[in-house]
Amino acid sequence: MVENMKLPLLILIPLLPLLAFVINIFFGKKIGTKAAYVSLTAISVSFVISLYLFFGLIAGVEKTVEYTFEWLNFGSTGVKLGIMLDGLTAVMLVVVTTVSLLVKLYSIGYMHGDPRYSRFYAYLSMFTVAMLGLVLANNFLLLFISWELVGLFSYLLIGFWYEKKSASDAGKKAFITTKVGDLGFFAGLLLLFTVFGTFNFTELGQLVIARLASGSVSVGMLNLIGILIFCGAVGKSAQFPLHVWLPDAMEGPTPVSALIHAATMVAAGVYLVARTFFIYVEAPIAMSVVAYTGAFTAIFAASMALVAYDIKRVLAFSTVSQLGYMVMALGVGGYTAGMFHLTTHAFFKALLFLGAGSVIHGSGTQDIREMGGLGKKMKITMVTFLIACLSISGVPGFSGYFSKEEVLSAAYNSGNLFIYWIGTVTAFMTAFYMFRLFFMTFTGKPRTEIHAHESPKTMTVPLMVLAVLSIVAGGLFVMGHSFEKLVYFGAEGAGEGGAEAGSHFVRNMSITAAVLGITLAFFMYYLKKVSPEYLALKLAPVHKLLSNRYYIDELYEIIFIKPAKGLGNFLFKFDQKVVDGAVNGSGFMTVLMSKLQNLFDKVIVDGAVNGAGWIANKGGELLKQLQTGLVQNYILIAVSGLFIIVLIRIIFR
Amino acid sequence: MPILTLITFLPLLGAILILFAPKGKDNLVRWTSAVVTFLTMVLGFYVFFTFNRNTADLQFVERAAWIPSFGISYFMGLDGLSMAMLVLTPFLSFLAAVYSFNIKERVKEYFFFFLLLEAGMIGVFVALDFFLFYIFWELTLVPMYFLIGIWGGPRKEYAAIKFFLYTLFGSVVMLLGILALYLTSPITAANPTHTFDIIELSKSHGLMPGWHQYLVYAALFLGFAVKVPIFPFHTWLPDAHVEAPTAVSVILAGVLLKMGTYGLLRISYTILPEAAKYFAIPLLILAFINIVYGAFVAMAQKDLKKMIAYSSVNHMGYCLLGIAAMSTVGLNGAILQMVTHGIITGALFFLVGVIYDRAHTRDIEGFGGLMNKMPVYSAIMILTCLGSLGLPGLAGFVSEFMCFSGAFSSTINTNVFRIFTGLSIAGLVITAAYFLIMIQKVFMGPLNPKWKDLPDMTAREYVSIVPLIVLMVLLGILPVIASGISVKSVDALVMLLGVKI
Repeated sequence: MVENMKLPLLILIPLLPLLAFVINIFFGKKIGTKAAYVSLTAISVSFVISLYLFFGLIAGVEKTVEYTFEWLNFGSTGVKLGIMLDGLTAVMLVVVTTVSLLVKLYSIGYMHGDPRYSRFYAYLSMFTVAMLGLVLANNFLLLFISWELVGLFSYLLIGFWYEKKSASDAGKKAFITTKVGDLGFFAGLLLLFTVFGTFNFTELGQLVIARLASGSVSVGMLNLIGILIFCGAVGKSAQFPLHVWLPDAMEGPTPVSALIHAATMVAAGVYLVARTFFIYVEAPIAMSVVAYTGAFTAIFAASMALVAYDIKRVLAFSTVSQLGYMVMALGVGGYTAGMFHLTTHAFFKALLFLGAGSVIHGSGTQDIREMGGLGKKMKITMVTFLIACLSISGVPGFSGYFSKEEVLSAAYNSGNLFIYWIGTVTAFMTAFYMFRLFFMTFTGKPRTEIHAHESPKTMTVPLMVLAVLSIVAGGLFVMGHSFEKLVYFGAEGAGEGGAEAGSHFVRNMSITAAVLGITLAFFMYYLKKVSPEYLALKLAPVHKLLSNRYYIDELYEIIFIKPAKGLGNFLFKFDQKVVDGAVNGSGFMTVLMSKLQNLFDKVIVDGAVNGAGWIANKGGELLKQLQTGLVQNYILIAVSGLFIIVLIRIIFR
Repeated sequence: MPILTLITFLPLLGAILILFAPKGKDNLVRWTSAVVTFLTMVLGFYVFFTFNRNTADLQFVERAAWIPSFGISYFMGLDGLSMAMLVLTPFLSFLAAVYSFNIKERVKEYFFFFLLLEAGMIGVFVALDFFLFYIFWELTLVPMYFLIGIWGGPRKEYAAIKFFLYTLFGSVVMLLGILALYLTSPITAANPTHTFDIIELSKSHGLMPGWHQYLVYAALFLGFAVKVPIFPFHTWLPDAHVEAPTAVSVILAGVLLKMGTYGLLRISYTILPEAAKYFAIPLLILAFINIVYGAFVAMAQKDLKKMIAYSSVNHMGYCLLGIAAMSTVGLNGAILQMVTHGIITGALFFLVGVIYDRAHTRDIEGFGGLMNKMPVYSAIMILTCLGSLGLPGLAGFVSEFMCFSGAFSSTINTNVFRIFTGLSIAGLVITAAYFLIMIQKVFMGPLNPKWKDLPDMTAREYVSIVPLIVLMVLLGILPVIASGISVKSVDALVMLLGVKI
């Protein structure tokens, strides 16, 4: 392809949805339901371009490119922003545009009749723009900007039905919780910029190696930067301990959950670590933090999925768990494996969410205890949902099988068997809770009076497309190592090497875990040989702990939220009583002082003056008495005076 | 053409013109003010576009002997430190004047004081002679006092007097500092008298002995600290803001506070570089307190306007952070932050005014569900709040990023700076929290039936607010249009400070 055509093409990918956003936000009222077609047209073209570039890269026709422009000027230095296209970006472009396209198609039916229909499409489009910007960025700053913007649209979409308090609460919680992670990310960026003086990924990749070799940057510094940046990923990808927002985020419309909280935004954290892998491979401690956080999150979230009854919450915990899987893969050096799982997961998890949406749309409830037997009335939904369940459980042949096996192989090959076993146990749990969900929803007899119906075509077609992708995506990518051609970090990744490098042991164990999990669910929820209620009763404390999500929300309420609010109120009181008190106090003192002075002036100073006058006056009056005008009196006084003087002289001689 | 004189005295001329308006011709007064402030704004933009960004030299200089026997001259000029504020001040003044069309009582006096205030503010940013500077500085006080005291809310007298006395106290101490500088300026054969010339003083005082610099710095600092305001001298601000009429709040937050930070840069930093370096760490800590303390106290507010007022304390903290850093990025960031805070918080105060004019309450708890009733207003308000909490893509992010980045890489004392900058970042979460809590309570949830008849924004309000929103978005996406203005002057300042880069 002609080189000077590539930049316009690349820019067009986010620009078209941006255009759709502008049209829908400003003319949404006028065009009404046509808003959907505006968004759909835009994303379709973006999708085709992405696909074109993607296959071009696979075929080796296209090359990695970068474009930059000046954004900020500090004088001698400045910050440049830019976009790039490489294998990693191309994969993400395809994932994002595919899911986005299907979700927008699906929403035509799902959001039908919503009073804010055009607004919904505007937000979805703008979310897509930000997400595309995030994966196109060739530097940390543009990535961070897009990162915050996807967070904003996630906030707006979670709280889309803001009349409901739980929805607006969930949006707020998502924004603030991820913001906590972003503080670390932001600090990491500042540190990175201070140390290396650039945000550009390519330059940083070279600088890290060069500075490390010359000794001007220490491994400790890289560890710190790596961990700080990872904080951002912990927030966005809902890793422990910042996972709390994702289950609540299910308050948003289901298509939103599929697009943002399953396939794209939550995967951004994983993408971030992959994109900046050049830091992590040189930072062993940061790498371990990544690995253990991921592994712990994977099993921890899976355990909560075992007992949840809300269909979307089960999927949310599952998403957290699978994200943990990806993060774990990166942490053990499985760069390709992590990104591979991200890709397959995007398809089957979006399918699961859209399927759940179809179930909710058709049955009017989210509680799986009220469902049962829906499969008869919702055939397409059931079959596609089953495919997704098989895929996520890691049944051979389905896409999830390939990627999960690569993740486990990477863990196994890295030599960290502890993490490997956590991964395998999680795989078992995943298979179990997914089929628990499946059986409770679609099989058996209806447990309540719900008149379920299959969803319209606009909703089932995306399901079918995603079902096909959930089957073939894995196999296609494994064939001819096409995925590794695009997404490959290099020999530095310790766990690198793909599925065949792992032993048969890994493969067999992974299949065993899946089969065991499915079988157990089959016995408990299909054949009902084992009563879940009985188990729950037997293990009441554990069940309670899991159902209450380990009381982490309550814990955060006590140790963060209440103290923060309390501190705010306390400081405000302090401000009023002490700081302003001092001001008002000094004002009061001044007034008091002036009053006292006034008093002093009146009583003492004026008193003295008046007193002097009074004394003179009275003295005069008194002396006046002496002036009698009689000579004999005067002589008497004179003689008396003389007498007194003589007397004094005699006494004091 | 003496453009700086023109731009400074045009509002004053307008003020005098208004005095001649016949009684009862309120609309004539309003339109005269609008035209005058508009022309001043056009001049401001003209200067902005003809300003040469590639030099640190003073531009548009005007100089005339005034009282030679005391070394006082009429000296005006512009450089990268003041350019941004010179364009922002008339811009905000015009928007505020348009917004003030809703003033019904004593219209003539209101606009007289308003224009007087504008003249004073512009004068502060262009004056380069201390005597002149001080006159303009004090000139802003009096009209502000009346504007709050006459057209303010229920506790207007208290707020006005508090504002007046507090800032007067600050400026009197500042005057002592100025006199100290004046009296210690060298007398040579070429300069037979002491001088009030700020540029001249910056050449001679860098070499003053340390303790002398520290003392004078402290005196000047008090004057500026009250204006910014820096903790613990900030308590006049919430009272003044809550009581002031909307347009005056906008001016107060948008321009008056920046006189403090501008003073720090223009006077304290250029004349007393040694002291500035000596006090960098204390300033850093105060910046940190402003950020975190301001954010926490803002979170505790029930009154919308008071919340925004405390958010100003919070946001001026970012500005101080950049100033304390003394690095190129930090200082450029601080100057940009002055502008972006002026735009964003200015817009927020307008927006609070919009809702107060309709509902006659600002109690955050008393609203709910306004999004459905006033969609345009809600969208604009939420967007502006997002700008204020530093959302990337909007102007606030750029300057906050620069301030943080500058402070983080400060070479004054790297570790201390990194620790306090790192701690200050925590303020960002609190800022996000209080804005989101407010948005939820006011705009989301079911509509409070009390407000079922609230109309959306009017044309007058659009004229005042939309330009700010446009600028907020534009600067957020393409900050390069503004960030280059201060570069050369900041480079020169950093050289003068002699901070190792």
